[in-house]
Amino acid sequence: MSTVQTLIQEIARPDMVAAGKPRPSLAAEVKERSGTDLNRCYQCRSCGNGCPFVQAMDYTPNQVLRLVQFGMGEKVLTCKTIWICVGCHTCSSQCPMSIDIAAVMDTLRFIAVEEGVAIGKPNIIDFHEEVLRSLEKYGRAHKLGIMLGYKRQTGRWLRDLDVGLKMLARRKLDLRPSRVRAVKEITDLFACYWRESA
Amino acid sequence: MSHIQQLDFSYFPGCSMATTAAESNRSLMQAARILGLNLIELQDWNCCGSSSAQTMCKNLSLGMAARNLSLAPAGRPLVAMCPRCLHYLRSGQQCLKDDPQIREDLEEKWGRPISTDLEIMHFMEILVRYGLGRLQANARRSLKGLRFVPYYGCSLFRPPRLAKEKSFQGEMENILTALGAEAVPHALMYRCCGSFLSATDPEVVAPLVNDIIGSAASDRADCLITACAMCQLNLEIRNTSKTKIPIFHFSEILALALGADDYEEWFVRHLVDPRLVLQKLALVA
Repeated sequence: MSTVQTLIQEIARPDMVAAGKPRPSLAAEVKERSGTDLNRCYQCRSCGNGCPFVQAMDYTPNQVLRLVQFGMGEKVLTCKTIWICVGCHTCSSQCPMSIDIAAVMDTLRFIAVEEGVAIGKPNIIDFHEEVLRSLEKYGRAHKLGIMLGYKRQTGRWLRDLDVGLKMLARRKLDLRPSRVRAVKEITDLFACYWRESA
Repeated sequence: MSHIQQLDFSYFPGCSMATTAAESNRSLMQAARILGLNLIELQDWNCCGSSSAQTMCKNLSLGMAARNLSLAPAGRPLVAMCPRCLHYLRSGQQCLKDDPQIREDLEEKWGRPISTDLEIMHFMEILVRYGLGRLQANARRSLKGLRFVPYYGCSLFRPPRLAKEKSFQGEMENILTALGAEAVPHALMYRCCGSFLSATDPEVVAPLVNDIIGSAASDRADCLITACAMCQLNLEIRNTSKTKIPIFHFSEILALALGADDYEEWFVRHLVDPRLVLQKLALVA
C-alpha cells in the first residue's frame, strides 16, 4: 500500500492510528517556532511535485504539513523527509500560499532532536554531528576529518572511496584543518547545543 | 592599473572557498585585484554555521553567524562569494535586528559591538554596482563563443526569509554576456545540486546531477558556471553519466576574461578537465 493510501486510511479512521498519542498542539507549536503559517496549506501539492528529493522521502512535503495539522506528532517527527530536506527552497518558491516549508522542516528537526525520538535518517544526523564536531574543535569545517569521522560512524569505509581518492589526488581535501585562533569563543557557543553525544 | 580607485571591502571566504575550492578563491582574488576591488579577509572568521548548525540548533547557527558580524570593521561592507554563507550571515543579522536582547548578550560575551547596519553584499553585487566600467576597461580575453549554463544554486534568491533583500537573478548572465559569453536558456539551472546529501546519500544525488548535466548537453552548452563552490563540487563528483561537461566557478571565468594567467593552477584541481573546451575557443594556450 502506498504511503498516500496508508495516510488516507489513517486519517479516515483516526481510531486506527498506531502512531502514538495525538498531539493537537503540534500545528500551533510549529507555527510559533517556524514563523510560518502552515495552516494556509490547501494540499495543492506543488511542493511535492517540485521537490527534487521527493523520491528519497517517505512523505511528500505537503503530507508532512498535513501530518502536522492533524497532530500526528510521532509519525512526523520520526519520518525521513525532515532529514532529507536540504533547504533548497524549491518548494517555498512554488508554494501559492507562500509557506516557508523549509522552515517547517527545520522546526520539526529541532523538536525531533530535543525530544530524543528515533531519527528517520540516522546517517544524516551522524553527518551533521560530525560537521559540528569539526566546527566545535576548529571553528571551521575540516572536510577530510568530517568524511573520515562520518565513515567511522557508519562503518562503510569502502563506500564512495573512488570519489574521496579523486578529491585527494586533486588536492581538494586539505590534510590539516584551517583554524580559528580564538576558538574558545566558538566552543562557548556550543553550550546551548543539545545532544546525547556531547 | 594604478589609475583605478581602490575600493575596500571586508571579505568572508567561508570554509569551502578557503579549502576544497581554493582555486575558486584564488581566481576570485585575481579578478578582484585586477578590478581594483580590495577584498580584505575578515580577521579570524569562523564557519557561517552551514546547514549542519542550521539543522541541529538555531542558537548555535545564529551565534556562528553573529561572531563573524562582530569581527567586521565598521565603515566597509562585508562581502561573501558563497551564497550559503551570505544567506546565513544575512539571516543572522536579521535575527539580531529582531531580537536586541540576544544581540546585547553576544556583544557582552565577546566585548565587541555587532552592527546591524553593516552592509552584507554578494561579490556579484559589487561587480554590478561598482564594477561595470571596470569590467569593460579590464577585459583582456573575449568569452565570445562560450555557451554556458548559469547555475546559481539555491541560496542567492530563493530563501523566503530574504525575499525582501536584493535579487541576484540574471546578474551572472548580465556580467558574462557583457564579456562575450552566451547563456543557454533551457538547461536545469534551478535544480538543486544535492547539498549535503551528496555526502550522505550519493545514490539519491547522482541521478539528479546527471539530469542537470544531460540538460546542459542537450542545450549544447560548453560548460556550467556556478555561483557556489559546493554546487561546483557536487556537479563534478556526482556525475555518473558518460556525458562530461566542465563545471566552472563564476570567479574562474571572470578572472580568465580579465587576463589572469595562473589558470593552470586552478584547472588541475578540477575533476572534469576544462582545458579542452577553453582551448577550442582559444581562451587558454
